Amino acid sequence: MSENKGIIVYSEKHDLLLEILGKGREIADKLQKELAAVLIGYGVQGKANELIKHGADKVFLIDNHALTSFQIEPYLNVLHSLATKYKPETVLIGSTRNGKPLAARLATRLQTGCIPDCNRLSVDEEGRLVCERITYGGTAIAKITFKTKPQIATIPPRTFEKPQPKERNGQIINFDVKIETPKTEIVETKPLEVSAVRIEDADVIVSCGRGLEKKEDIVLLEELAQILNGQVGNTRPLAEDRKWFTEWVGLSGHKVKPKLYIACGISGVIQHVAGIRDAKLIVAINKDENAPIFEVADYGVVGNLYEILPALKEALKKQLQ
Amino acid sequence: MNRIIVCLKQAIDVSQLKVDPATRQLITAGAAKKISDFDKNALEEAIRIKEKIGNIEILTVTVTAEDAKTVLREALAMGADKAYMVNDPSFKDIDTLGTAYILAETIKKIGNFDLILCGETSLDSFSGLVSSRLAELLGLPQITSVRKISVEGDAVSAERALEDSIETVKAKTPALIAVTREINQPRIPSLMMIMKASKKEIITWTAADLNLPREKLDMKIEVKEVLAPKTERKRVKITGESAQEIAERLVKALMEEGVIGR
Ligand SMILES: Cc1cc2nc3c(=O)[nH]c(=O)nc-3n(C[C@H](O)[C@H](O)[C@H](O)COP(=O)(O)OP(=O)(O)OC[C@H]3O[C@@H](n4cnc5c(N)ncnc54)[C@H](O)[C@@H]3O)c2cc1C
Ligand SMILES: Nc1ncnc2c1ncn2[C@@H]1O[C@H](COP(=O)(O)O)[C@@H](O)[C@H]1O
Repeated sequence: MSENKGIIVYSEKHDLLLEILGKGREIADKLQKELAAVLIGYGVQGKANELIKHGADKVFLIDNHALTSFQIEPYLNVLHSLATKYKPETVLIGSTRNGKPLAARLATRLQTGCIPDCNRLSVDEEGRLVCERITYGGTAIAKITFKTKPQIATIPPRTFEKPQPKERNGQIINFDVKIETPKTEIVETKPLEVSAVRIEDADVIVSCGRGLEKKEDIVLLEELAQILNGQVGNTRPLAEDRKWFTEWVGLSGHKVKPKLYIACGISGVIQHVAGIRDAKLIVAINKDENAPIFEVADYGVVGNLYEILPALKEALKKQLQ
Repeated sequence: MNRIIVCLKQAIDVSQLKVDPATRQLITAGAAKKISDFDKNALEEAIRIKEKIGNIEILTVTVTAEDAKTVLREALAMGADKAYMVNDPSFKDIDTLGTAYILAETIKKIGNFDLILCGETSLDSFSGLVSSRLAELLGLPQITSVRKISVEGDAVSAERALEDSIETVKAKTPALIAVTREINQPRIPSLMMIMKASKKEIITWTAADLNLPREKLDMKIEVKEVLAPKTERKRVKITGESAQEIAERLVKALMEEGVIGR
């Protein structure tokens, strides 16, 4: 069994695993290889069928009380044993705060390459995986491939569409493995309030930057967002320095792909722009005609947002009613 | 706790990086360098631990293909006691596994330590892999995405910021921790500190000093291309006599684009 086989996908986040399965299916079909999903946890067997419906040919099930919550060493050991036995050609792992270290350590244990945070995946003439990722703080996009097998890549949430579930045949395999003891101990887990609305799903985003003077002024954007059925976004300093928000759009925040992105009082520094690259249309409102945001905008208005936004609200109301 | 090692990368200052508009190639030759942002947070945290419990030696380790002394002076001025620069032109073509391997060999040669601190990710490559690879190579307990650290005797406790929870994790030392930017605000060294730092030592090692076999550093990945993204935006300026006129023209354009209305 020296030949490298198939594609293995894993994420500890179920939705992300389904998203990766969709892309994995596409690549598996192109290469005519098998697609296997890994399901790790305790009392999780009920989810196996859903993985098959979303494209898996096989599900490796590792169900064990000791795997109830994610801990790097036992989870790593499971994946490593599986990879050693099954010899996948490619391993795709969800790029989360837990998934990325897992991928990095699996790649290290297998002495192979790892390409993190891939936004696009394709296959070259030799059947190698080609990954595109943002690098140099958003200044560039790198296309990278592998020299060794298995090829390990991590995929951020909401990069690929979740596929439509279909009735399909698949095999569920109980994978038996010795569970390693973790080297760290989880003392406490406090759930975070995460907003149910996801900015990645918004069709329209009205976004503010440091050009906005006061927290109360966010209402100017909220009004617009409401008329346009969209959401309010923001740059990092508004979250990190001013604490008006808890999240932000950009390289180190959310990557969004709305039909319309309206950037108000945003300079257009590369790290912010890296998050809006996939927007269909970008509008910029900035009082500085030399602001870099105008270089990446479809429509630019040089002006004071405090004058333009109220006028825009009136004009939209008139048009849309 | 006697010794903390901080992994500092000398990164390209991406905010000053220029692009050749004709070829979309990056102009990296001669680009400004600095300590990668997150690594400054790691160093700051080491200094704060030292200020709290005292009598700790803080060492920094940097793997680089080019000289990094200028940047390391700043780390010494902030409060590191000694800097190790592993510098070899052959490091130009290494990937995250090679980097982690060199860091691991360097740290083994340095000897005992209680804590290794890394940044969550580096400013220029933004990969976030090296610290995990290093933990694997050294067989250490590893805690990532850390926004708070407390040292408790021969154990550390750390708060991890996950997507939907805050997890408090404990590990026995020696351990490796990767920190986020939220953890602290790195200090800016005073003139006094800068002067004092000029007496501190920067130790330079090469690949030969570490007996690194070249095949261990072979790239596992192949970079096919690195290009600035195409800006295929229209870049139309909307002007007018008044805010009202501008707004109406903008709305008209957006209707025609089909992004608003029905
Ligand atoms: C490693 C790293 C990662 C980062 N990741 C991110 C990220 O993911 N997302 C992010 O957003 N940032 C990120 N940043 C920060 C980023 O570099 C910029 O600092 C930030 O995006 C700038 O925010 P801004 O445009 O709101 O502010 P500024 O750059 O200060 O721009 C404010 C703009 O508002 C305009 N303005 C002022 N008043 C008005 C007015 N009345 N009307 C109209 N215009 C006005 C000004 O002309 C100016 O152009 C990151 C930085 C680093 C180092
Ligand atoms: N060349 C290097 N020298 C020293 N430390 C490094 C180097 N590269 C990466 N690191 C450490 O590993 C962390 C993650 O880097 P990266 O995987 O490149 O994003 C950094 O924040 C540093 O702490």
